[in-house]
Amino acid sequence: MISANLSAVFYLFSGILFILALRGLSSPETSRQGNLFGILGMIIAITVTFLTVGNFSTAMNYVLLFLVIGGAIGAFIAFKIPMTAMPELVAGFHSLVGLAAVFVAISAFLNPQAFNLGSPGNIKLASLIEMSIGAAVGAITFSGSIIAFLKLRGIMSGSPITFIGQHFLNLILGISIFVLIYYLCTTQSENFFWSMIAVSFLIGVLLIIPIGGADMPVVISMLNSYSGWAAAGIGFTLENTALIITGALVGSSGAILSYIMCKGMNRSFFSVILGGFGGESTTGKEKKKDQKPVKSGNAEDAAFLLKNASSVIIVPGYGMAVAQAQHALREMVDALKKNDIKVSYAVHPVAGRMPGHMNVLLAEANVPYDEVFELDDINNDFANTDVAFVIGANDVTNPVAKTDPQSPIYGMPVLDVEKCKSVLFVKRSLSPGYAGVDNELFYRDNTLMLFADAKKMTEDIVKNI
Amino acid sequence: MEIDPFIFRFSIFILAIFVGYYVVWSVTPSLHTPLMSVTNAISSVIIVGAIIAALTSSSNNIFETSNIFGFLAIVLAAVNIFGGFLVTQRMLQMYKKKKKDKK
Repeated sequence: MISANLSAVFYLFSGILFILALRGLSSPETSRQGNLFGILGMIIAITVTFLTVGNFSTAMNYVLLFLVIGGAIGAFIAFKIPMTAMPELVAGFHSLVGLAAVFVAISAFLNPQAFNLGSPGNIKLASLIEMSIGAAVGAITFSGSIIAFLKLRGIMSGSPITFIGQHFLNLILGISIFVLIYYLCTTQSENFFWSMIAVSFLIGVLLIIPIGGADMPVVISMLNSYSGWAAAGIGFTLENTALIITGALVGSSGAILSYIMCKGMNRSFFSVILGGFGGESTTGKEKKKDQKPVKSGNAEDAAFLLKNASSVIIVPGYGMAVAQAQHALREMVDALKKNDIKVSYAVHPVAGRMPGHMNVLLAEANVPYDEVFELDDINNDFANTDVAFVIGANDVTNPVAKTDPQSPIYGMPVLDVEKCKSVLFVKRSLSPGYAGVDNELFYRDNTLMLFADAKKMTEDIVKNI
Repeated sequence: MEIDPFIFRFSIFILAIFVGYYVVWSVTPSLHTPLMSVTNAISSVIIVGAIIAALTSSSNNIFETSNIFGFLAIVLAAVNIFGGFLVTQRMLQMYKKKKKDKK
């Protein structure tokens, strides 16, 4: 058993290690070391907790047993999960943090003595508010992440589900949470606590169902942020520095990512939350589609174009992830490099379904990270490039975002692929992207459409080079 | 007049938000996915609360309702801790630099 003061110092130390873990991610070289700091911080926090409680009874065996069970499940998932499934994995993990926060809050409510918060029916006011906030945010994180998981996994349709009075209902439910917390504090009645949690679960569902597939990067970052605030809320209840620091770190990390993602789409955070964007909305452009001629080609044409280029920029998008085409793509690039063609990759901030999604897939396919460039770093190079190879991306290349103020994606930063001498588009059909906007690039003279599955097409091109 | 300990914790909280703000802005965009998975893993430090909840009971029964919620939270957080750190490690192993001879 160690003193409360000593354990507080250790918790502070593990909080610092967590900061270093995030700091390590500023470059790939230091990132692995950073992750080790994070693991060390976690080991310290858990060990100190065991020593502080100092109750090495039979219950301890169960704690270790459950720790091992959970750990084994987690390790199994971590090793088995394909990199393309990373967005849903992260969403799934967020839901677990949320639910764990709810459970800890419930436990603290039922047995406040364990945390020195008073006695049942007579819990300290501040603690009651803190645990309510922790539980409410945790519950919203949980159910919201479950919906995000189902949408990303394709079990639930990615198109937004909206109904009349939705925002009004959310507002009412949001206010009712505060009302319930108020009554909980004045009466200390269990019923208010349970209803508050139930309403929070409902809000989580209602918040995420109206948000469309294209906005998923924002949603995941947002839920990341929520899971942090939930942890911080519980940290205040338990008066635990490690949890408070971590909660603040994770909360602000998620908030920054949401901001970056919103900026990448030129959408305000508010409009994403309100949802309804990116369904099969009719923009009245359906008719024009049939009239415009499209040049389409096959793998041989593409291989010919690529072989005769001296520089190529690859623009990957969500379609590459769906088709698992990253390895075939890498083979294609290797073949091009043998012909002394300069190849680089251009990644848009919102390409894919979560921040950094494309970078991970390319890294998985052994693409060196210093060949992969962000939007701002590479956008000027398109004008001096022979071929842009767009694989599974669409909206992020649409020049309409620069030219047509009427377009829903107007103002969104896009990759200037149209400035290349020619553009190759690997795509399954002419259908518009998630924003529901037709891409005028398809109809340009210097564009060659390659209608096929991204992986199959890339493999065929490799054969023809 | 004495300052409420809450204010101290709140100060730590606010300062940590600022630390988080500056640290996360310096994270390179290509590592945003590992950033999410590692923040996931570290936010599972909530297991600290779960362990206390599981081990403290007001009677001899080690499976009171409050303990059961603690045990459940331990399982959830453990999945996240191991899963989060290991998957981050797996991802980070893949980030390699260009080999020198290829230049």
